[in-house]
Amino acid sequence: MQEPADGGQPVLELRGAVKTFGPVTALGDGTIGLRAGEIHALVGENGAGKSTLVKILAGVHQPDAGRFRVGGQDVVFRSVADSKHAGISVIYQEPTLFPDLTVAENIFIGRQPRGALGLIDRSRMRREAAELFGRLGVSIDPARQAEGLSIADQQIIEIAKAISLEARVLVMDEPTAALSGAEVDRLFAVARGLRDGGAAILFISHRFEEVFALTDRITVMRDGRYVSTHDTAATDVDEIVKEMVGRSIDALFPKTPAPIGDPVLEVRGLSRAGVFRDIDLVVRAGEIVGLSGLVGAGRTEVARAVFGIDRYDEGEVVVRGTPLPPGDPRRAIAARIGFVPEDRRAQGLVLELSVVRNIALTLRDALARLGVIPARREENTAVDWARRLRVKAGSPWIAASTLSGGNQQKVVLAKWLATDPVLLIVDEPTRGIDVGTKSEVHRLLSDLAGRGIAILMISSELPEILGMSDRVYVMSEGRITAELDRADATSEAVMRAATASKETRR
Amino acid sequence: MRLLRSVARLREIPVAVALVLLVALTAAMNPRFLTAQSVKDLMLNATIIMILAAGQSLVVITRNIDLSVGSILGISGFLTGTLFATVPGIPIPVVFLAGIVVGALLGLVNGLLVTAAGVPALVITLGTLYIYRGINNAWAGGKEYFSGDRPRAFGDLSVDTLLGIPIITLIAVVVIAILAVALGFTRRGRDLYAIGSDPEAARLFGIPVGRRVFTAFVLNGMLAGLAGVLYASRFSSVGATTGTGMELDVVAAAVVGGVAIFGGSGTVVGAAIGALLLTTITSSLTALRVDKFWQQAVVGVLILTAIIVDRIASVRTARRLRMSEARND
Repeated sequence: MQEPADGGQPVLELRGAVKTFGPVTALGDGTIGLRAGEIHALVGENGAGKSTLVKILAGVHQPDAGRFRVGGQDVVFRSVADSKHAGISVIYQEPTLFPDLTVAENIFIGRQPRGALGLIDRSRMRREAAELFGRLGVSIDPARQAEGLSIADQQIIEIAKAISLEARVLVMDEPTAALSGAEVDRLFAVARGLRDGGAAILFISHRFEEVFALTDRITVMRDGRYVSTHDTAATDVDEIVKEMVGRSIDALFPKTPAPIGDPVLEVRGLSRAGVFRDIDLVVRAGEIVGLSGLVGAGRTEVARAVFGIDRYDEGEVVVRGTPLPPGDPRRAIAARIGFVPEDRRAQGLVLELSVVRNIALTLRDALARLGVIPARREENTAVDWARRLRVKAGSPWIAASTLSGGNQQKVVLAKWLATDPVLLIVDEPTRGIDVGTKSEVHRLLSDLAGRGIAILMISSELPEILGMSDRVYVMSEGRITAELDRADATSEAVMRAATASKETRR
Repeated sequence: MRLLRSVARLREIPVAVALVLLVALTAAMNPRFLTAQSVKDLMLNATIIMILAAGQSLVVITRNIDLSVGSILGISGFLTGTLFATVPGIPIPVVFLAGIVVGALLGLVNGLLVTAAGVPALVITLGTLYIYRGINNAWAGGKEYFSGDRPRAFGDLSVDTLLGIPIITLIAVVVIAILAVALGFTRRGRDLYAIGSDPEAARLFGIPVGRRVFTAFVLNGMLAGLAGVLYASRFSSVGATTGTGMELDVVAAAVVGGVAIFGGSGTVVGAAIGALLLTTITSSLTALRVDKFWQQAVVGVLILTAIIVDRIASVRTARRLRMSEARND
């Protein structure tokens, strides 16, 4: 184990922080040292303890043990307000603004500038907000309502607030996950500006390109414990990944060849005005078919139409030789199609319900006796599937919301597998899932194909598409622009088709 | 131009426009609708509900509701009658103070229960609605106090006018103006909007959510108490059933006036105009000889219209913002 390299007094220093929740140790050794004027990455798989560490810095959790110093002073935070007061601001992936208030008010809520009679001076508040945005080099109207702002703008507003609070430490918890390329560039420019102004920034991300492009040092965590800190310039992706997972990167994407059978899903001439046109695709038993393309190409929309969530104007969907009537997900389920949506928290799971209830949701009719679902039957079926998919949960009756992203995804998969599907549509199956669980999900999909299930996999990650798919369809601007066999599917070929515009299309 | 646009975006505008149209239309069809006396009656009728609606909006903006206001008004009204009848020569300001203090105490109970129990305010105040009404019943029994029991100067508050406006209406307007400033231009006032907009985020921000919500309930109780005193001035009798069923009119007025039922937006001025609009509708439908049964249906349609208009407006705003963002990309 390496100690953080020495380089001046750290602005913030956490050493050996421990946090347990009942029997679960979320953080065994939370250690991080941030210097003024640096951008410091914190990396680790989901469940490595990053979120817990961030919540300790933010004052949400109080550590059970360990040393916490800010500006050379020992501190104990009893609340978020304490943390803010000490000059720490946390920018979350999806900031929580007040949608009904104006942008300026969101920045200054609780400490609005006051004028005569102690009343709020709105024009001064707007002016000060505009000045902050000017310093950040962005243009957002301070007088508009926060409702409807893009996530990128919401983050900028949080940063503006942090600056107005004279924060010395900015923690950015996966800020780029929901941003477009241009928005990421803008965020990075802002972050660099703040660093050059002397702020310490803790940057948490799953994307290595970003970590290496932006940060000065990298701290790695694994299983709730500090592993190492590196100067970014003196390390590389392989080393960091190895430390994160304790295994090599080659373990990813283990699609094994499986016998390919008859067509299970045939989509012919599917069109929906303004969304997608003339979609033809086939998925056979035992086959994993990748559906690639840039975000917004219409992939998810096609999947939703096939499953009957959305309607379509023309074309037909045929499952094992039988046409599937449009616009009725129950018919799709009856035809033994499973759909694992992109946003599993919002669409795939009922977060408040237990693991068992979630898995049994699609089975209600099959399990019910005279309209009543016997708890024992429900539990047996669900526990069996949870075990087969190696869902890590304290108890099968624990709420799904308490699981990590990877385990939630396994619950969604278990839910559909319990229905014995012939076709699984998976939309971004590993988004937001850590490297270790990712390969488990891949192994699982590969197993399922091996057992004769047809799988249509939508993914924005090229390595995932190339590694997992027997065949790849590429979509661009609502049309399929290429169909590539495994042998022909190279990153270049896929990217070329994905960026094909109307003029160059064949 | 910018000023014009921000005025057009005010949530009070639709209801204010509706009010003006309604008055103009009714006056055109029945000229007697706009005589000095009937305008005065209109204001008198609207005064009490205006105060209640303004108070209610404080609570609703925080994503809560107070259904017990009718019962609070009943207790305060009966207290007013009792004080004048049993304590000869009691100064009028003391009676006002007593009504407001009792209202504050009842609001305090609501506030404590809502913030401490973590049970939705709808349920809590539905409970206190019946409890307070029960207290009023037990206390009043069959007894009623009439305006004859009260000093003439007290009743005159609802008769005398200043610049053509009855005194009790002036009291209401002053109270509403103070509330409007407090809500729009003080940090605590803005906290209420933040709480209603996203209670969890407000807590994370270090806004004392419980204390602010508690305060809103106490203030609303005080206003209901004040309304009870004014009720005793305006109407001839106060007894066990005074104010029964008023809570729904109050919530309706707030909603019609643009106070979002899920909190976070709306103003006391809007709520007050909403109260004025609902009162005016009743009067104008009467002036136009519309059947009493239909009058209620019209109020219902108005509530739904207000909600739909609000919904359409917010969907449009969202779309417009999305479009402008798409252009910026």
